[in-house]
Amino acid sequence: MSNYNIQEMIQKNKSNKGAFVEKSIPVILFLITSVSVLATIGILYTLISQSLEFFSRESFTTFITSADWNPYGAEPEFGIWALIMGTLKVVVIATVFAVPVGLGAAIYLSEYATERLRKVIKPVLEVLAGIPTVVYGFFAINFVTPVLQSIWSEISLYNAVSAGLVVGIMIIPMIASLSEDALSAVPNSMREGSLGMGATRLETTFKIVLSAAVSGIIASIVLAVSRAIGETMIVSIAAGSTPNASLDITSSLQTMTGFIVQITSGDAAYGSSLYFSLFAVGMTLFVITFAMNIISQWITKRYREEY
Amino acid sequence: MVNIMTKEKNTVTRAAGTTVVEDRFRDSAADDGIREPVFKTNNFNLWYGDNHALQDINLTFNQNEISAIIGPSGCGKSTFVKALNRMVELVPVVRTEGEILYLENNIFDRKMTVEELRTKVGMVFQKPNPFPKSIYDNVAYGPRVHGIRKKKVLDEVVEKSLRDAAIWEEVKDRLNENAYGLSGGQQQRVCIARALATEPDVILMDEPTSALDPVSTTKVEDLMHELKKDYSLIVVTHNMQQAARVSDTTSFFYQGYVVEHDDTKIIFENPRDQRTEDYVSGRFG
Repeated sequence: MSNYNIQEMIQKNKSNKGAFVEKSIPVILFLITSVSVLATIGILYTLISQSLEFFSRESFTTFITSADWNPYGAEPEFGIWALIMGTLKVVVIATVFAVPVGLGAAIYLSEYATERLRKVIKPVLEVLAGIPTVVYGFFAINFVTPVLQSIWSEISLYNAVSAGLVVGIMIIPMIASLSEDALSAVPNSMREGSLGMGATRLETTFKIVLSAAVSGIIASIVLAVSRAIGETMIVSIAAGSTPNASLDITSSLQTMTGFIVQITSGDAAYGSSLYFSLFAVGMTLFVITFAMNIISQWITKRYREEY
Repeated sequence: MVNIMTKEKNTVTRAAGTTVVEDRFRDSAADDGIREPVFKTNNFNLWYGDNHALQDINLTFNQNEISAIIGPSGCGKSTFVKALNRMVELVPVVRTEGEILYLENNIFDRKMTVEELRTKVGMVFQKPNPFPKSIYDNVAYGPRVHGIRKKKVLDEVVEKSLRDAAIWEEVKDRLNENAYGLSGGQQQRVCIARALATEPDVILMDEPTSALDPVSTTKVEDLMHELKKDYSLIVVTHNMQQAARVSDTTSFFYQGYVVEHDDTKIIFENPRDQRTEDYVSGRFG
C-alpha cells in the first residue's frame, strides 16, 4: 500500500479559487474574441459611412463606369476603372507567374523531394514569406527593372511587369507552402491505391493527389491573389503613380492601394472630395477581395473531393 | 484423418527452422488438376535499413488458388505481399536480395517495369482506400490510366467489375456518387472491383477484412471463393479462422521467416512445427 492517501490530498487541494477561474475564463475569452469582431465592424462602418459621404458629392455612376481618374484640380474626375486596371495588370502578371511556380514547388516538395530536402526547403520558403514588402519594392526597382530594361528597351522605369513579377515572387511562398500542406494532407493510402493499379507517379500526382487536394490548392491561390490585390509597398515603389486604364504593361500606372498611399501621405485636405475618395477606393478594394473569398468558397465546395 | 496422418510422415524438413512440405502431398479436395506456379521466390531477403525484415523466403504460389499468409504482428507478412508487386519499395530505406519470379520472370529485372507488374498483380489494401471520386470513376481508373477511353468499353468494364465484386446491385443506381458515401464494407468491395477492372492475374490482399464488420467480412470471403475461378489470390490475414475458411494453402510467417508452408488443412489440423501449432491454436500472437 501507498504511504499517501491521494484522495485526502485531492480534497485538501480543492479550493473555490479554481472554480472562479474556471467560470471567468469563458467571459475573458469572449471579450478577447469580440475585439477582432468589433474592429471589423468599426472598419466597415468607417468605410461605408465615409464612402456614402463621397457619393453624396460625386456621381456613383461615373465612379463605377468611368476610366478617367484625375482627382486633383478644380474639375476632378473619379473613374475607378483607371485604378482597377492598374491593380489588375499587376495582379494578373503576378498570378500568371506565381501560380505555376508555386504549384510546381509544392508538387515537387510533397511528391518527389526526399524528407531531408523538404525539411531544408520549406523553412527557406517561409523565410521568403517573412521579408518586408518594402525590401521587395527596392528589389523590384533596383534590380528587376534594370534587368528588364536591358532585354526589353520599351520598358520604362515604372511599369507593370517589374512590379507584377516581384509581387509574384512575394506570393510564391504562400502558394507553395499552403498547397504543399494540402497535397501532403492527402492520405498515402490513395497514392498506394493508384500506384497499385499500375499508374505512374506522374499520373498518380495529377489524377489523384492534385484532385484530392484541389480545394486546399484553390484556397491557397485565392489567399495569395487577395494578398497581391492588397499589396501596397511594391506597387508604390515600382509601378509608378499614373492612373490609366490602358492595357500597356510597359509604362507607369497606379493601383488602388498605390493611390491610397499617395494621398494619405499628405495631399488631401480633410473634408475634400479627394479625402473622401480614399474611402470609396478602400471600399472598392474591400468589395473585390470579399467577392473573391465568396467565389473561392463556392469553388471549394463545388470541386471538393471529400475523403 | 488417415490421409493427413500419412502426409505428416512424408514431410521434408530443411535446415534453419524452415520446413517445406512437398507439393505432391497436396490435399486432394483442393486439387482438381496440376496448377502452374504464379509466384515463386528464391532466397528472397528484405531489409528496412538495418532491420532484416524478411529472411530467405522460398515460397511458391499457384494459379487459381487462395494462398493465405498468417503470422503475428511484425512477422513480415504485409511486407512480403507488398514486395510481390514492389509496393514495398515506396519506403525509401528498403533493400532487397534474391529473386521473385512472376510467371518465371524476375520482377526486379529491368525488362519489367513496376507499372507493368502492378497492372498484372493488383492489390486490395487493409483499409478501404477508394479515391475521392465517383464509384464509376474509381472502377474506371485503372483502364483509363492504361489508355482505355471509349465510354462503351468503360461502361462495360465498370459493370462487370462491380458485378464480380458482388456490389453491383447495391450501387448500380448511384454510380456517380462519391465512393466515400458508401459503408466500409461496400467501399472495400468497390476497391476490389477497382482492382478487377484491369483484369489482373493475381490479386494481393493485405488484411482485406480487418477494418470490416462481420457481415461485410463474410461477403468479402464469399467473394474470394468466387474470384478464385479466374484469379490467383494471395491474402494476408490476421484472422486465423479466415485463413482456415477460405484458403487452399497457408504460410506461417514468424519473425521474418517462413516457419511452415503447406495445405491449409495440414497447417491447422496437423502442423509439424511447434510454433505453428502454438500460433494457430491461439497460444500466442
